[in-house]
Amino acid sequence: MLGLAADRLRADMNRLLAFLFHQGILDEQFLQLQQLQDESSPNFVSEVVNIYFHESEKLLRSLRSLLMDREFSDYNRMGIHLNQFMGSSSSIGANRIRNVCVAFRAASEQNNRAGCLRALEVLEHEYCFLKNKLHELFQIQQQRVLAAGVRYPMQN
Amino acid sequence: MASNGGVTWRRTEKIDGFNFSPNDNTTGEVHVLAVDDSLVDRKVIERLLRISSCKVTAVDSGIRALQFLGLDEEKNSHGFNDLKIDLIITDYCMPGMTGYELLKKVKESSVFREIPVVIMSSENVLARIDRCLEEGAEDFIVKPVKLSDVKRIKDYMTREFRFGEEKERSRKGINKRKLRDSFDDLSPSPPSISSSSPSPPQSQSPTPSPSPSPPSVLSASAPGSPSPLDSPTRRPKMTSSE
Repeated sequence: MLGLAADRLRADMNRLLAFLFHQGILDEQFLQLQQLQDESSPNFVSEVVNIYFHESEKLLRSLRSLLMDREFSDYNRMGIHLNQFMGSSSSIGANRIRNVCVAFRAASEQNNRAGCLRALEVLEHEYCFLKNKLHELFQIQQQRVLAAGVRYPMQN
Repeated sequence: MASNGGVTWRRTEKIDGFNFSPNDNTTGEVHVLAVDDSLVDRKVIERLLRISSCKVTAVDSGIRALQFLGLDEEKNSHGFNDLKIDLIITDYCMPGMTGYELLKKVKESSVFREIPVVIMSSENVLARIDRCLEEGAEDFIVKPVKLSDVKRIKDYMTREFRFGEEKERSRKGINKRKLRDSFDDLSPSPPSISSSSPSPPQSQSPTPSPSPSPPSVLSASAPGSPSPLDSPTRRPKMTSSE
């Protein structure tokens, strides 16, 4: 029975990953992170991703508060936040988020406040979506560990 | 998991008398100093390096990097590289001191200028790359950094050791400085070396015949990669030696 549960979970995980890659939500850099996970660092991916979430939320709050300020004019500062967000997104393979950041940055460089607000909304939406999906992924992986009854490195 | 940006380290105590041998690495492990203001990137580069059997010290700024090296105070206080740093890998865009400024400081130091410095950047800007290479950067990696990037720089790091000794021996000859400069610019990552683990590099004569290998720098081998494969991130200074 445990074997079947493990198989089902593995299928779920692969299906979710395939979906995320196919939709361009994640790119091959995420695969690279998975390759860096092994017995010596069994939670590497979730650790890095959780740092990413923590930092992203701070950045999103900063961006939101900058843009909500009626007297906002500091596009420079916004650009700095965006570059940070873009960089970390790229480092974990959050491809779609990075692409939205690129569009956001373009609007920012044109001092286009309305465009920035729109981009921020898309960004917040994309971020929420990614976070949910990755939590789902990590949950499946945890269940796999439990189903197997022993600790083993997560493999695709 | 430390969430603060700094790194905890203890400055090695200065000892009386010079007790150093350059490139003497008793553990056989290379020690890399990684500099990046992004915590996510620091975690990733740390892991990439560790999994490639490197010892890593990761700091969050150029200032801290200089502090770690002992370069922040009197420039001539240290007579030797007691920390045995074998490579510095730094992000370009950082608040305060940029990676470029850090590169310059390192290259200006008589003690540390021989340490190879690799620049990382998310922006593939040719002017930026050129500027870094001209200032003496060993290589330029476009982020996100992959295992193949680390493998490549590690390979030529080992090669640098042995070349270093060759250079030392032949230094008191003719005007070796010029020759060294020209092949410093050209020799990194020739195709025969980059794919293998350190095989005897002395057999590879450092001739200044240019063989640029742009694809190896980008290493965007995965399908559907958005990396601009046609933009060379590595452009050796060929014009001066042709």
